[in-house]
Amino acid sequence: MQTKYLAKIFVTLRPSVLDPAGVAVQSGLQQMGYDNVENVRIGKYIELTITSNDETKARQDMNRICDQMLANPVIENYRFDLIEVETQTGVF
Amino acid sequence: MKFGVVVFPGSNCDRDVAYVTRDLLGQPTRMVWHQDTDIDDLDAIVIPGGFSYGDYLRCGAIARFSPVMQQVITHAEKGKLVLGICNGFQVLTEAGLLPGILTRNRDLHFICDRVPLTVESQNSPWMQAYNTGEVITLPIAHGEGRFYANQATLSEIEDNGQVVLRYAGENPNGSLNNIAGIRNRQGNVVGMMPHPERASDPMLGGDDGLRLFQGLLEKVAALT
Repeated sequence: MQTKYLAKIFVTLRPSVLDPAGVAVQSGLQQMGYDNVENVRIGKYIELTITSNDETKARQDMNRICDQMLANPVIENYRFDLIEVETQTGVF
Repeated sequence: MKFGVVVFPGSNCDRDVAYVTRDLLGQPTRMVWHQDTDIDDLDAIVIPGGFSYGDYLRCGAIARFSPVMQQVITHAEKGKLVLGICNGFQVLTEAGLLPGILTRNRDLHFICDRVPLTVESQNSPWMQAYNTGEVITLPIAHGEGRFYANQATLSEIEDNGQVVLRYAGENPNGSLNNIAGIRNRQGNVVGMMPHPERASDPMLGGDDGLRLFQGLLEKVAALT
């Protein structure tokens, strides 16, 4: 039984990594009048649909996909949610 | 010495490299399309600068999975020569052939300049025509050239003498320890952000980059 999952992936910078783009956004926010905002860090949000007949395998695939391509472990962390989108029954 | 210049969709400094190796130095040179998987005939592979895959996701992140890269990794493991220039350096770090990563320039500007660099090490066939401590000038042109590695990796790189080039004047991009180019532990793989191929024909205003390629030939000549 093949199930389609929507994967929602958050790729974020490790806390120790300098984020000059985040600093630039923070100064922009200050110019907007928000001097109560600090620690702006910019990450990435990625969506994809993955099909599998086994949720555990889908999660294993997602870990590999995130670890090898979507995030660079030197500077980034990742986490993802898997949401069942569609299930197809039948014989393959 | 047979050179191969890898071309990804979006590479744009490939022909400048071929101009140096084939036209200035008279060495057999062929372009290697990223889907080619036979590079056994080549002695030295150069991964040129540019914007492979549009720098999408992260610079070099997608190029690293091109079919040719598995061969480049095998080629490197056999001790053969690999040079990554600018985007090529980014591809090599993403592929794990070199440690660390290149990130967005600290000041967020794309920097186009000629910069002084100190030659830190001759411990690589690529660097042997230079003298340790020598200051050379090479052009840089990048938006993501800030070298980063965590503390442990950075210490290892320094302790092993893996830094080959350091920014000698003002650090243009915030690279940790002013690192502009590094080698792998064995020394056969080198990556650098500056463009030696753009400082090889003296007509363009400098030729400090020529010796990077010329040094390889002298080694081969010395052996024969």
